[in-house]
Amino acid sequence: MTTHLRLLTAGGIATAALVGAVAIGVLGAALAVAQAWLLAHAISAAFLHQADVASLAWTLAPLALVLAGRAGLAWASELVAVWISGRVKADLRARVLAAAVAQGPRLAADRSTAQTALLVTRGLDALDGYYARYVPQLVLAVIVPVAVIACLAFVDLVATLTVALTVPLIPLFMALIGRMSATHRDRRWSALGRLAHRFADVVAGLPTLRAFGRAEAQVATLRQATDAYRVSTLATLRVAFLSAMVLELLATISVALVAVGVGLRLQNGELGLEVGLFALVLAPEAYLPLRRLGSEFHAAEEGVAAARDAFALLDAAAVARDRHGGSRPPDRLDAVTVEGVSVAQPGRELVAPAGATLEVRPGELVAITGPSGAGKSTLLATILGFAAPTAGRVTVRGADGSATDVAALDPRAWQDRIAWVPQVPYLAPGSVADNVRLGSPDADDRSVAAALAAVGLGDLPLGRLVGERGTGLSGGERRRVGVARALVRRASLLLLDEPTAGLDAEAEARVLAAIRAEAARGAAVVLVAHRPGAVAEADRTVAVRWASLAGPAAEGDAAGPGASRSAPGAVPA
Amino acid sequence: MTALVAVLRFGRPVTGRLLLAVLAGTGAAACAIGLSATSAWLISKAAEQPPMFALLLAVTTVRAFGIGRGVLRYAERLAAHDAAFRVLGELRGATYARLARLAPAGLAELRSGDLLARLVGDVDGLADLWLRVLLPGASAGIATAGAVLLVGGLLPAAGVVLALTVLLTAIGGPAAAALVARRAERSLAPARGALAETALETLRGAPELMALGAAPRALDTVRAADARLAAAERRSALGAGTGTLVAGIASGVAVWLSLAAGIAAVRAGSLDGVALAVVALTPIAVHEVVTPLAPAARLLPGLAASAGRVIELLARPEPVREPASPAAVPDGPLGLRARGLRVRYPGAGSDALGPLALDVPAGSRLVVTGPSGSGKSTLAAACLRFLDPVGGSLALVGSGGVAVDVTSLAGDDVRRATGLCEQDPHVFDGTLGDNLRLARPAATDAELAAALAAAGLLGFVRSLPAGLATPVGEHGARLSGGQRQRLALARALLADVRVLILDEPTEHLDEPAARAFAAELPSAAAGRTLLVLTHRPELFDGPEWARGPELGSGQS
Repeated sequence: MTTHLRLLTAGGIATAALVGAVAIGVLGAALAVAQAWLLAHAISAAFLHQADVASLAWTLAPLALVLAGRAGLAWASELVAVWISGRVKADLRARVLAAAVAQGPRLAADRSTAQTALLVTRGLDALDGYYARYVPQLVLAVIVPVAVIACLAFVDLVATLTVALTVPLIPLFMALIGRMSATHRDRRWSALGRLAHRFADVVAGLPTLRAFGRAEAQVATLRQATDAYRVSTLATLRVAFLSAMVLELLATISVALVAVGVGLRLQNGELGLEVGLFALVLAPEAYLPLRRLGSEFHAAEEGVAAARDAFALLDAAAVARDRHGGSRPPDRLDAVTVEGVSVAQPGRELVAPAGATLEVRPGELVAITGPSGAGKSTLLATILGFAAPTAGRVTVRGADGSATDVAALDPRAWQDRIAWVPQVPYLAPGSVADNVRLGSPDADDRSVAAALAAVGLGDLPLGRLVGERGTGLSGGERRRVGVARALVRRASLLLLDEPTAGLDAEAEARVLAAIRAEAARGAAVVLVAHRPGAVAEADRTVAVRWASLAGPAAEGDAAGPGASRSAPGAVPA
Repeated sequence: MTALVAVLRFGRPVTGRLLLAVLAGTGAAACAIGLSATSAWLISKAAEQPPMFALLLAVTTVRAFGIGRGVLRYAERLAAHDAAFRVLGELRGATYARLARLAPAGLAELRSGDLLARLVGDVDGLADLWLRVLLPGASAGIATAGAVLLVGGLLPAAGVVLALTVLLTAIGGPAAAALVARRAERSLAPARGALAETALETLRGAPELMALGAAPRALDTVRAADARLAAAERRSALGAGTGTLVAGIASGVAVWLSLAAGIAAVRAGSLDGVALAVVALTPIAVHEVVTPLAPAARLLPGLAASAGRVIELLARPEPVREPASPAAVPDGPLGLRARGLRVRYPGAGSDALGPLALDVPAGSRLVVTGPSGSGKSTLAAACLRFLDPVGGSLALVGSGGVAVDVTSLAGDDVRRATGLCEQDPHVFDGTLGDNLRLARPAATDAELAAALAAAGLLGFVRSLPAGLATPVGEHGARLSGGQRQRLALARALLADVRVLILDEPTEHLDEPAARAFAAELPSAAAGRTLLVLTHRPELFDGPEWARGPELGSGQS
């Protein structure tokens, strides 16, 4: 219910939606009553009193206006609804995406990007059903039956009672059955998300699947997944449609009861034809909005499920934002110090890194080494402020003697001082120059070209287009574009995660020289390195290790016969 | 529209279920119309105060229609959804099966964000063709025809009016709507795709976009895509609104004209007064059945666009021409031989590899080297028959020296004999065991352990509480880069192939691990022909290794 409340109080737009819906509902109810009365009058006058068209002009002319008014009203309500739901969706989509991006590094652990993408696109699109159809119908379902019952009360008490007693049963049944289908709905939404994720995963891995001759086998697996989705969806629908059937039965049987009751009393002579026809035409109008609400309710459910997901993400982001400090980083950096930093790896009984310690000062180039899984990349993430150490701390010391914990720094201002190159740099679709400029939009073509030349990509045309995930560039070129991007930033602190992996000896030398030049310019440089060339370039080397939470500290990747055996703690070499 | 017709064939396997849904839907619509008509007659007749028994049949019929409508509608909905989902299964299966034939070389220019939208969005959206257009259209059409006959039997003029206004709602409305919103509808699906793509891109790059301070700009791009989609939706709503307006006017005209004609006919004596209410009120019920069709017809252009893209994918040419009658792969140990081999990606302007001469004798271990971008991965793709050579030849060579050109072999046969560990191997979102068993579904735990040991990952796996059942996350996110690489190597070593190609196998491994792996590789891959593509040949420098040509230097 709170999701409904948050959706209806989402802001000025949502309020406008409600006001508009009420106005349209009241007008609609008035027109429905007028139509019923005019029709009943005309039919009974012609049938019982042989009235002709000319003598009924004062009935038929207003009827034409009422019929036209109802058509126009339906049109207007549709336009207003789409306009409003578009505004609400855009607002929610922007906020959810901003929250998801801000949580980017943390998010990866518990949600897949495909699932989040599905939420902000198809998921929120489902809100159309909510705002454009469910809310207006909800308002109609309240206003119209009340108006109809009030009008019937003036003319026929028995028909009024029939309608007044059966109409409240409809929301009652709806609530009962709605509760039953709520769990099914959530299950269905998560099934859809899993299916999307599965498609994305399998499609991304098609080359690998084909290499192992398993691509064909996945056809069957996917069919099973789709089938499972069909079965789970049909289970939801069986309940959802059951509720719709009960509603429809109630509505149609009630109309039949009114018709039969009115007919019998007409036969007795207790009632006039005009009143009887009025009741017959008006009675279905009382049930129509309720019946439609039943189907709109289920159409809106997917939107509500998605909205709940979206609100959960927004709330989590708000909590995360509150945890951050707001201190400004020092203007001139004196040192970044990592003291005994350990990070627990979720879902695994180990910390990586375990008790890492290092210091880097402007002009220095420090290499981090250690076996796979030792937590080298995680260590960079703690310096960036993306990951919080479970033990130890990362401190930023200023030339003015101040010392601030990274957790207390304003993350935006701190990251502005850093140039970070992850293991697989992200490449946005666009030109090579766009990508080099990603972190420094004001850089001119000359400095972009200079940065590319510095990493040995002087021949790469600036305008060369890069596809998604860097298609169009070789693995080594992608990595070097990432390094060029860091160079252009002219940052005080460079964090590089294996920038020379996949490069031949000549390219590696170029990249290392460019990194060394950054240190000479006065930047502090931390470099995760595997290869001897990169390690040799460093002023100091720090070995990082992981440790099991259960047993004594493990030594390296226990399996690799030649894995490095570093002593516990960080060992400057 | 031809694409829509082409998509219809996916409904053929469930024809029976579709007919059942039409039958139930027709019954439900007939009940709704019948309830209105019989109760109008009942009330009019009762006003003449006939004896009670004259009304009994009408009373029973009214009640039966009241019950029948709900029950039949329930049956229709279930049958229709079940059938539509089954059709979807067919569509998804066919789409994926096609993708599986095209990847990787035939899909190079498709972005995976768009591809995802295409698969999930277009295919899922096509269910509406059956659910919201074809089935309700057929049911409403049949029931309406019956109603027109009924009203026309009572008063021919009213029958004509009803038929014309129904056609106006079902055809004129959507046509008017399409006129207003044609361009908007067509831009809806691409706008949706663009939004999905920019959103996915932004999420994928989130950590770096945050660190670079580029997130606000990326979010602006998404917002702009959203604004374009919203504008398209508004234009399309204007069109849909036109449809609603036309439907409302048609319904009003039907009621008003039937009433006026009925009044005149009663006065003239050509229509029994009892039937006047039937003639005047039945059109309301008929239009209530037909009106929902207008928004459904509006879906057609969007559905046609979706169908067009799915059909385009299904019809896309394959990057490899499979031979009509494939030759057999030679028995026993296998080698590779290339002569003047040139390879080019579909649509590319220049060769990605070659001309290359290469001999990998059966049972040998050969190292081929070359700088980044010299075509090492292209050579691997050609060896696995992902790509056809554009010049020269590439052959599998049996132990007796029998050479069979790969173009005369079925791609699947080639890949049964030749295995590959790619440079950026995909790790699937499943458990460690799932990823390994991909290479050999029937592998025993001992075989898995041996492969893991050879790749240097056994100790890590044993340290995990859940062992092989540990989930690796999306794209192996819960593993480090080195662990991912080792997992992929273990997977490749597990595959039951005679030629094993490793593309940059020591990538992402730290120096000692890379050395250890290179040293253990010959025994781990014993009995197989090995081709290692690397820019670090010094790691594979023992007596058991032979050195091949250096790519990208116009050699041999």
